[in-house]
Amino acid sequence: MDDTILALENVSKYFGSVIALQNVTLRLRKGEVHCLLGDNGAGKSTLIKTLAGVHKPSEGQYLVDGQPVSFNSPKEALDVGVATVYQDLALVPLLSVARNFFMGREPTKKVFGITVMDINYAAETARAKLAEMGIMVRDPHHAIGTMSGGEKQCLAIARAIHFGARVLILDEPTAALGVKQSFNVLKLIHKARERGISVIFITHNVHHAYPIGDSFTLLNRGKSMGTFTKDTVSKDEVLDMMAGGAEMQTLMNQLEGIQV
Amino acid sequence: MNSSSAHADSNSPAQQNIVPQDERVRKESSLKRFLGRPEFASLAGAILVFIVFGFAAGDSGMFNLDGVINWMQVAAYLGLISIGACVLMIAGEFDLSIGSMIGFAGMMVAIPTVYFHWPFWLAVMFAFAGSMALGWLNGYLVVKTRLPSFIVTLAFMFILRGLTLALSIMFANRTIVSGVGDLAAQDWLGSWLFTGNLGSGLFHWMATQGWIATAANGQPLVGGIPKVIVWWLVLALGASFVLARTRFGNWIFAVGGDANAAKNVGVPVKRVKTSLFVFTAFCACLFAVLQVADVGSAAADRGLQKEFEAIIAAVIGGALLTGGYGSVIGACFGALIFGVVQIGITYTNLNSDWFRVFLGVMLLVAVLFNNYVRRRVTEAR
Repeated sequence: MDDTILALENVSKYFGSVIALQNVTLRLRKGEVHCLLGDNGAGKSTLIKTLAGVHKPSEGQYLVDGQPVSFNSPKEALDVGVATVYQDLALVPLLSVARNFFMGREPTKKVFGITVMDINYAAETARAKLAEMGIMVRDPHHAIGTMSGGEKQCLAIARAIHFGARVLILDEPTAALGVKQSFNVLKLIHKARERGISVIFITHNVHHAYPIGDSFTLLNRGKSMGTFTKDTVSKDEVLDMMAGGAEMQTLMNQLEGIQV
Repeated sequence: MNSSSAHADSNSPAQQNIVPQDERVRKESSLKRFLGRPEFASLAGAILVFIVFGFAAGDSGMFNLDGVINWMQVAAYLGLISIGACVLMIAGEFDLSIGSMIGFAGMMVAIPTVYFHWPFWLAVMFAFAGSMALGWLNGYLVVKTRLPSFIVTLAFMFILRGLTLALSIMFANRTIVSGVGDLAAQDWLGSWLFTGNLGSGLFHWMATQGWIATAANGQPLVGGIPKVIVWWLVLALGASFVLARTRFGNWIFAVGGDANAAKNVGVPVKRVKTSLFVFTAFCACLFAVLQVADVGSAAADRGLQKEFEAIIAAVIGGALLTGGYGSVIGACFGALIFGVVQIGITYTNLNSDWFRVFLGVMLLVAVLFNNYVRRRVTEAR
């Protein structure tokens, strides 16, 4: 329990009469990649927003470093080092790499008594930090609209790490990406783990989750189906639980010759 | 991440420290980069306009010193408000009440000065405070209601124009209030900032040396640089500096590019937008004060359609209607094109009705060109 950095204990979330989450328990250990798996409508989004400080749990406790917390805004979660990278990435396509990297947290310097944005520092830092994560930036002054989806995803993750994320919550980071780009993002998650950052990796793609994950929590219709460490569960078992095994088996029998 | 780094062997530490040159980066020529700048279209347009009028009206006196000051002054007035409109457009909003604000602010200067016998400087302060408060209200309504600024400021375009008429009838029983000129010229603030010319001593000296044209009595034809031109240049440089070099400038681009993304990384979106509505109102009021001080009167129909001219100048200057992209320097070149064409056309044999035709065509060409530039900048290649 002592190496748990962030935990949800028996958390439920209701929206009016709708039960979005019921008695979900999730414990994130320091420096692990914890995959949160679930099909559409399983409550993944609600869970992320609860973790990110957008929603407060209706019942149950949210603990960071063993202390119960109650975030009023995403900003407060960010202040204790819980950073969320949403699918929209919070990047502005018309702005340059450097300006995006430091958007809202621009470095400044004084020139003749006037506070100005230190653009060279921003460009150099952005380039260096991205290079550290294995991303080569062509030109930090280039608009990011020209970057590929994978590059943007990596930029958003690198930015969160640079600004002091201890816990990184990644919302479907590989959903819209091709094979090679997904691989790059997975490599980046691995790099983050090497630096001691804990990652919650939300996905519905077991093939992306299984190779990188240390433990897996499965969500189905608002309930947790349990947390499993990698050595206790196989990829197929995860897949079975996710899709509701028996259901999937029937489906697979119907579609003979197709393998998931 | 590029494809070369994806292939890099992450197990060998020697290779990790080498930043490989991306083989997929083409060297872009600096010319091509320049073509992608937001100012390019307006700069090219301005050069084209100069060439056209250089041929059409080159010997008509349009490019003599007094001619130059003439169209520069027209450009400067429009330039003031196009700077405000441009910065606001970069932040993703419109202000259609600029023109009505000019009329209203002019009355806020003229009526207290002439009818309440306020000192000119006090009336100017009052007008600035009043206009900026109205600008704030515009901004507050837009960020609070999340209605398009187009609608909110369209409402204010009518409200302010109506108020200008109604209040000037109420207080002065007329729609043109004159007699401000002398009061402004005698006032310390008016004579310091708003009336007269800059460098009149220099221009007199140049006249005595025979370097510039003089009237029959030996006075120079051009007594100096009108204050409005100085204001225009100062405001343009100031706004460009803020946009390019400050945190606030970065926020303006971020807010216009994607307000939601900006909010998620902690940019105070509402504050940025509201303050830019205030700035636009400030520009409109500055226009009005300079005009009232120069012409000596305020009229309820002043500034009619100026909001559109300001937006056109900003668009010719490369600002995108969707926000997040644009240039104050570009908007100033847009305003310059206006001034040159509007005044230049009177130096030629052309009927000045063609001015509007030309403007419309110019706007259309500029928008098409800007769209092309945006696609180049934002789409993955």
